[in-house]
Amino acid sequence: MQLRPILSTLRHHKLTSILLTLQVAFTCAIVCNVVFMVAKRVERASVATGIVENELSVIHSSGIEKNENKQARNQADLAALRAIPGVTSVAAVSYSLPLNHNSSSRGVCPDQASLQRAMQQRSADGTSCMTPSIYDGTPGLIDTLGLHLVAGRRFQPDDYVVGMGHTPAVAIISSALARRLYPNQSALGKDMYLGHSVIRVVGIVETLLRPSLRDPGTEGDSMLWPQLPDLSGVTYLLRSAPGDRRRVLEAAEAALLKVSASRLIDPRRVQTYTQIRHDYFQRDTTMIGLLVASASGLLFVTALGIAGLANFWVQQRWRSIGIRRAVGATRGDILRYFQGENFLIVGAGIVLGGVLAVLLNLLLMAHYELPRLPLWYLPIGAAVLWVLGQLSVLSPARRAARVPPVAAMRSA
Amino acid sequence: MFTYYLDLALRSLKRNKVLTALMVIAIAVGIGASMTTLTVMHLLSGDPVPTRSGTLFYPQVDGNPTPGDFKQPLDVMDYQSAVDLWGAHRADAQTLVVDSPVRLSAPGVNLPTLMPSMLSTTSDFFPMFDVPFRYGSGWSADDDARHARVAVISDDLNHKLFGGRDSVGQVLRLRDTDVRIVGVLRPWRPSPVFYTVAGGRFANGDTADFYGKTQDVFTPFFTGLELNDGNFQQFTCWHMPERPGHLQNSPCAWVRLWVQLGDAGKVAAYKQFLDGYAAQQAALGRIVRPQNTRLRSLMQWLDYNGVVPGDVRLQTWLAFAFLAICLFNMIGLLLAKFLRRSGEIGVRRALGASRGAVFAQCLVEAGLVGLIGGIGGLGLTLLGLWLVRRQPVAYADLAHLDVSMFVATFVTAIAASLLAGVLPAFRASRVAPGLQLKTL
Repeated sequence: MQLRPILSTLRHHKLTSILLTLQVAFTCAIVCNVVFMVAKRVERASVATGIVENELSVIHSSGIEKNENKQARNQADLAALRAIPGVTSVAAVSYSLPLNHNSSSRGVCPDQASLQRAMQQRSADGTSCMTPSIYDGTPGLIDTLGLHLVAGRRFQPDDYVVGMGHTPAVAIISSALARRLYPNQSALGKDMYLGHSVIRVVGIVETLLRPSLRDPGTEGDSMLWPQLPDLSGVTYLLRSAPGDRRRVLEAAEAALLKVSASRLIDPRRVQTYTQIRHDYFQRDTTMIGLLVASASGLLFVTALGIAGLANFWVQQRWRSIGIRRAVGATRGDILRYFQGENFLIVGAGIVLGGVLAVLLNLLLMAHYELPRLPLWYLPIGAAVLWVLGQLSVLSPARRAARVPPVAAMRSA
Repeated sequence: MFTYYLDLALRSLKRNKVLTALMVIAIAVGIGASMTTLTVMHLLSGDPVPTRSGTLFYPQVDGNPTPGDFKQPLDVMDYQSAVDLWGAHRADAQTLVVDSPVRLSAPGVNLPTLMPSMLSTTSDFFPMFDVPFRYGSGWSADDDARHARVAVISDDLNHKLFGGRDSVGQVLRLRDTDVRIVGVLRPWRPSPVFYTVAGGRFANGDTADFYGKTQDVFTPFFTGLELNDGNFQQFTCWHMPERPGHLQNSPCAWVRLWVQLGDAGKVAAYKQFLDGYAAQQAALGRIVRPQNTRLRSLMQWLDYNGVVPGDVRLQTWLAFAFLAICLFNMIGLLLAKFLRRSGEIGVRRALGASRGAVFAQCLVEAGLVGLIGGIGGLGLTLLGLWLVRRQPVAYADLAHLDVSMFVATFVTAIAASLLAGVLPAFRASRVAPGLQLKTL
């Protein structure tokens, strides 16, 4: 392919070529960053909780009289829920569950020395102490959630304490917390220090996500305590076949009201776990939709721009094309001429766009806590724009290739 | 002359319908996207109390005995500091604010028990924040002192319980206490619900919930604390409170104080008073960082909390980037369109049209594209806002186009397309008549 004629033509259309180059460059920069944001959000919204989400339903009950025996109520409620056909397992928790926003956490230290340091500086920063989320709950919680115990044992009946005022003597922790608290050693059997209490790790579960994912890097730091819920509000978990969950929830609401009619069941807190996950990542799903729509919109507009200009250029050069054909250029030559021209313009745009993409990413990093754009996005973005450019120029270029040599004799 | 140019523009636009349609669609989509996000932005970053915001201030003292590395004082106050500062009555008006969920029923109304949010506040709240009443009025300072069993309810709740009629004098049961309704509000939707905004800096931009509805029940501060005892939530605690939900004299921050200060002198005097109070409490050993006080104005406080959700800001930037690309596109297409008519322009120039006339004619054509694009953009903006209203976010019901944004849509569309038209029009006006005539 000859570049000389293309370059000298472009020199005659400096302004339009520059405009098109700039448009491609901006599109490349924005689309690279938008796709990166989409990837980040998808990654965030597909995080694993470690529990059998598609088999779980949740129902919250509150507003029960003050001087009621909460343990007896929990027992009665659980018995009623267990009797619902299709329910394989039930458990009660105070309020914390993965992705339901209601977090309760405490500072824990792997050894006495770090606890002393943390107490002295009144902050866990710089020590090996962590602040994992705590999940309390009735016996059977681990199996109801479908957690995968990778080491140690489940809780035994005499492990349990009643209410948040009491700290248990043992705990089961997530493997993420185990790794961070006791790097390069087994956490099983170790003592964790919290203020005035010591808790021994008796089990490790594979994955257990926190109720909310605020601090990056600590999403999996959680522990299960053998602590019975003892608040006026209580959250019940029901495990059943995925398709049964709607029916189970309706039955559960009726069963609970039958046990005690004076309670309040907020319909917004009668949910399958699928809904809880959906609600938690609602913002992300919306943003993913918007970002994808705007990226495709941008690519579409740019493609229109390329096609429009190419069309114009073909009409403008109608006679010159005729002359080239008359002096021996084949149709393929003409086709390749326009494709080559497009390749050059888009190529220049991509080079500039790569630089702009990195700059835009730096700007976004400063304002939106976005991580650094991996550089392999740039060649992919470049390839996409090149293909897009070639596709949009194809139809005008083929029209140009059909110009008969006799056009050279006629006026434009 | 303008009508002649308009006629020429229409003819020219009709000649190449596809190209015209491309330009109009590009402008319409760009305008639709940017005006939708701009409208949302405009709604969320506005002034929630336009009549008063300049005189409203949010005092903070650092009640945290173990502040660690935190440079800023806690977002809300502990009970004692808040009540002390309120009780001193050093500002033109001052009010305590704390919200909690409460069990509510109305004797004689056949509805299941509700669990609305209750705001416990003091009598100055209503005049200070310019809260509109439909029936009755707020309560008096005397009611605050007597812990009177009275309440003001929202328009929403009044509709739900009493079908919107005058319910002053009716009795509500809040948990186990009967209170008498003394006032019913008109629909009141400050955006955001500024008086309970706090902790925005920890929200990572997830601040949409600041834009929810107001509380449904308002009771005198101490009345509310008594009748809903045990159901209050702390902002943060430095030790476990003895009784969860009972936070008076607990090691917790949970009460907000707002003050009204009429002029700069009063603001300076109040800041001095605030510093004096913190120093005095430090002497008593209750506060460890007495110098760490703040007196932010309402708008500064909202700004500090970054109340506009991060996603909304990102969407706005994205929409304007989109509009910019659309404009680039339009510049290219207009350039192609005008220069293709070089012959025609050459004839007009040769017949005596000045460069300015050609320039003006081209701009009229660009402006016309902008106007048509603006109409399309308006439709897309309305569609976009409808989509926003269907989102499950707290501010969804606020997303409507107001007159200023309606006008702004057309102004932006025409301004944008004129801007895009300047360069092509300039190039077209430089066409040399002789050269063009030769090639004809």
